[in-house]
Amino acid sequence: MLNFRKRPSCIPAPDGSCNCCKKVALVGNPNVGKSVLFNALTGAYVTVSNYPGTSVEVARGTVLVNGIQCEVIDTPGMYSILPITEEERVAREILLHESPDVVIHVLDARNLERMLAMTLQLIEAGLPVILVVNIMDEAERMGLTLDLPLLQEKLGVPVIGASAAKKKGLPELREAIISYDHKRHAVFGYSKRLEADIFEIMALLSGSYTLSKKALALLLLQRDDEVVALVREKEGDGYPSIEEKVREKMFARRDSFHLELSMERKTVVKGLIDKVFHAPEQRKPVFGERLSRWAVQPLTGIPLLLIALYYGLYKFVGVFGAGTLVDFLEGTLFEGYFSPWITGLVTSIIPWEIIRELFIGEYGIITLGLRYAVGIILPIVTTFFLFFSVLEDSGYFPRLALLVDRLFKKIGLTGRAVIPMVLGFGCDTMATMVTRTLETVRERIIATVLLALAIPCSAQLGVILALLSKFPGALAVWSVCMVLIFLLVGLLASRVVPGESPMFYMELPPMRLPQLSNVLTKTYSRMQWYLLEILPLFILASFLLWLGKITNFFQTLIGWMKPVMALIGLPQETAIAFIFGFFRRDYGAAGLYDLQTQGILDARQLTVAAVTLTLFVPCIAQFLVMQRERGTKVSVAIALFVSILAFSCGYVLNEFLLITGIL
Amino acid sequence: MKLSEKAEEILEKLWIEVEEEGNVFTDMEQVPLTIEDPVYQELIDLALVEVKDGRVYLRPEGKDEGRKIVRRFRLAERLMMDVFNIRGEAAKEKACQFEHLLNEGVDTKVCTLLNHPSTSPHGKAIPPGECCLEAQRSGNLGVVPLTELKPNEEGEIAYIQTEDNKKMQKLMAMGVLPGNRIRLIQSFPSYIFSVGFSEFAIDTNMAREIFVRR
Repeated sequence: MLNFRKRPSCIPAPDGSCNCCKKVALVGNPNVGKSVLFNALTGAYVTVSNYPGTSVEVARGTVLVNGIQCEVIDTPGMYSILPITEEERVAREILLHESPDVVIHVLDARNLERMLAMTLQLIEAGLPVILVVNIMDEAERMGLTLDLPLLQEKLGVPVIGASAAKKKGLPELREAIISYDHKRHAVFGYSKRLEADIFEIMALLSGSYTLSKKALALLLLQRDDEVVALVREKEGDGYPSIEEKVREKMFARRDSFHLELSMERKTVVKGLIDKVFHAPEQRKPVFGERLSRWAVQPLTGIPLLLIALYYGLYKFVGVFGAGTLVDFLEGTLFEGYFSPWITGLVTSIIPWEIIRELFIGEYGIITLGLRYAVGIILPIVTTFFLFFSVLEDSGYFPRLALLVDRLFKKIGLTGRAVIPMVLGFGCDTMATMVTRTLETVRERIIATVLLALAIPCSAQLGVILALLSKFPGALAVWSVCMVLIFLLVGLLASRVVPGESPMFYMELPPMRLPQLSNVLTKTYSRMQWYLLEILPLFILASFLLWLGKITNFFQTLIGWMKPVMALIGLPQETAIAFIFGFFRRDYGAAGLYDLQTQGILDARQLTVAAVTLTLFVPCIAQFLVMQRERGTKVSVAIALFVSILAFSCGYVLNEFLLITGIL
Repeated sequence: MKLSEKAEEILEKLWIEVEEEGNVFTDMEQVPLTIEDPVYQELIDLALVEVKDGRVYLRPEGKDEGRKIVRRFRLAERLMMDVFNIRGEAAKEKACQFEHLLNEGVDTKVCTLLNHPSTSPHGKAIPPGECCLEAQRSGNLGVVPLTELKPNEEGEIAYIQTEDNKKMQKLMAMGVLPGNRIRLIQSFPSYIFSVGFSEFAIDTNMAREIFVRR
C-alpha cells in the first residue's frame, strides 16, 4: 500500500482525531507561508521558517470558525499534484485519502504565474479549492499589481489576497471556508488530442475516487505509482484493460508527455494571468538582495559564513551560553543555592541513605540529572537554537547549501544536507529526523552516519569547547580530527553505499530580517521538544546509574572497560564518562567536565577522551530515532561501526600524540 | 567517384599518417598494399596516390578524399555513441561499416543532426565540412546550455534535455519551461538562475540540461 505513516510530531500538536464538521487542508509550494497561515488560523504553533521544506510533519489543529468546528491540516510543500519527494507524497496522501472539505491552495503573489499551474491541477482534480494569494505585502512593495477579483472570476473559486505574517486576509478566508460552495469552479480544456486521450481512459474508470477521473487519467499517464496501485485496487478485473489503454497512450506520447502537459497548462495559466498580473519594468535591488549576492559568492560568502560562525556559534553559544550562562545557572544557582537547600530538604524527610542517594547522591536524579539537564545543557541548547532560528528565518541556509554543494557532492551528499548537518550541531536526534527531507535513501544513510559519528551536538560541543579552551592545542587537534574523520568517512561512504548519485536543486527564498517573535516562539517550541525528550532520559539515566552504583554493577562495568581505557591511554575513571555518554552524548561530555575539574586528566588524555567521546555512539534518543527512520538493521550496523571507529581513532590519536609529543 | 571499401580504408590510413602523424610517405608493407591487389590499380588510376620505391605518397586529390573519409568515420563514431548509445569495440566496428554509407550528402545531414561536432569520441579532430563552416559563418550560436551563459545574461528557455523524468518534472515545477525567460545570476560554486520572481540554485549536471536561446 501507500507508504504514508503518521509520524509523531516534534511539537505536541492538538489531538488529530476530532469529529468536527469541516476538514480544511493547506497545500502549496514550499515556502509560501502555509505554516504561518496555519498558526494564524488555529492559534496553535508549528515551526515556521524561511526555508523550503521545513514542514516534514503533518500538523493538525482545530479551530472554531463562526461557531463551526474545523480541523485544519498543514501539509509539507508540494510543487505539483504528481509527487516526487517523500514530503510531496505525504502531502498528496491527504488529498487522496482524507477527502478534505476545503483545500486551501496557498501561493506566493510574486510567483503567481508559476504556481497557478498547481491551482489548475487541484481544480481539475475536483477538489474544493480556495486560492490564497499570500505575501501580498512584499509583492506590493516590489510594485506588482494583482487584480484578484478578476482572477476569481476566471477561476470560479474563491480567491483571497493575504499577508499571513501580518494577519491580513484572515477574516475573508474564514468567511470563505464557512460559505464554501463546492459546485462552482471553472473547467479548463486542453488540446483536442489530449482531451480525447484523457476521455478514453476516463471512460474505463468505474470505481469511486476522491480525485476526479480526469486528474486520475492524467496521473496514470504520468506513471504515478501510487495512483496506479490505487486504481488497480479499486478497479479489480477492469484494471488490465485500463493498463493496456494507458500503455498505448503512453507509448504514443513517449517522447515528451510531461513536457507537453506542462506546456498546455502553461498556456492555460497565461490566459488566466492576462490582465490579472502586472509587473513593473525595472526595480531596484533591496538590501536583502545585495546581502544574498554576498552570501552566495565564495569570495564574500565564506568570510560571511566564518563571521556568522564566530559570532553566532563561538561567541554566543560557546562563550555566552556554555560559559557565562552555565557558570551562573550551574555554578551560582545550582551549587550555591539550590543544591544545599534540596540536600537539606531530602535529608530531613528521607531517613534511608540509599533512597537519599537516588535523589541527591553522586548520581542523584536532582544533583546529577537535573543539574546536567537544566544547569549545563539547557543554556547551551537554548542559545544554539536561538542562533539557528535567526539564521533559518533570514533565509541564509539555502545559500549556504549552494555554497557547499560541490564539497558535499564528494561525500555523497548534496548541498541540501547542510540543514541536517547544521541542525546536528544543535541536536543530532532532531537532525536525524530531518534527514528525511533528503531525496535519496543513499543520502539519508550517509547523513545519518555522519551525524552519528562526527557532528557533536551543541551540548556536547559547548562542554567540549569549555573543556578544551584551556588548551588551545588540544582544541585544534580535536577540530582537525573531527573535520578529517567527517570528510574521510564521507568519502568512504560515498564509495561504499550503493544508490544513485543525487542532484541538487533548491529554491532560494528572499533574505529577510528575522522577526523576533517568530524566532522566540520557534526557539521555545524546539526547547520544549528537547526538554520533553531529554529530561525523562536524564532521570532514567540517573536512576540506572544509581542502580548500577548500589548493586556495584558499575564498578564491574568500569573494570571491564579498564583495558579499553588503558589501550587509548586514559585513566579508568574516564570509563564513567563513556558510560554516561551511552545515555546521552552531552551527558558524557559533562562527565568529562567533572573529571577535568577534579584534575584527573592532562591535556593529551583530555583530547583523546574528547575525540573518542565525540565519535562514540550517539545517545539513546538518537539511536531510537535512527532505528525509526532507517530501520533496525541499518541503525545497528551504524552504531557498531561508529563505536569501533571511535575507539580505533582514540587509540591511533593517543599513539600519535605520544610519539610526536604535540601535547 | 565511388571508391571500394578497401580503397577508402587505405586512404583513411594514409591521410592520418600524413596529416596527423606528420609522415610524408608510408611504406607499402605498412599500409599494407601490394601491386597485385586490385585496389592498387584503383588508387593509381584515380590518381589518388603515387608509389615510388615501395613508398606510398598521398597526392593532393587523395588528400582531399582521405580527409572526407576520416570525417565520415569520425562522424559515424559520434553517431554510434551520441545517438545510438553504442560504445567500445562494438561502436568502432559499427562505425567502420557505417562510414561507407555516409556519402553523397548523408554526411552533411548527420553532421547537422549532431550539431557540427568538432571532435570524435576519442578526442580526435573531425575535419570540418562545408556545413560546419556555413554554420560558423552565420554566427548563430543559437541554443546553448545554461552553463554557457554569462552571469546576468538572459535568454529564453528552448528545451530541456534529460533522460531522467523526475529531473524533468522538478525543473518544470521550478518554472523551467520552454518559452519562459531565464536569467543566469551566478555560475560558481553552483548555478543560480531566476525565472519570474524566484531564484533557484542547481548543480552543474542540471544546468547542462537546460538549453537556452540567447
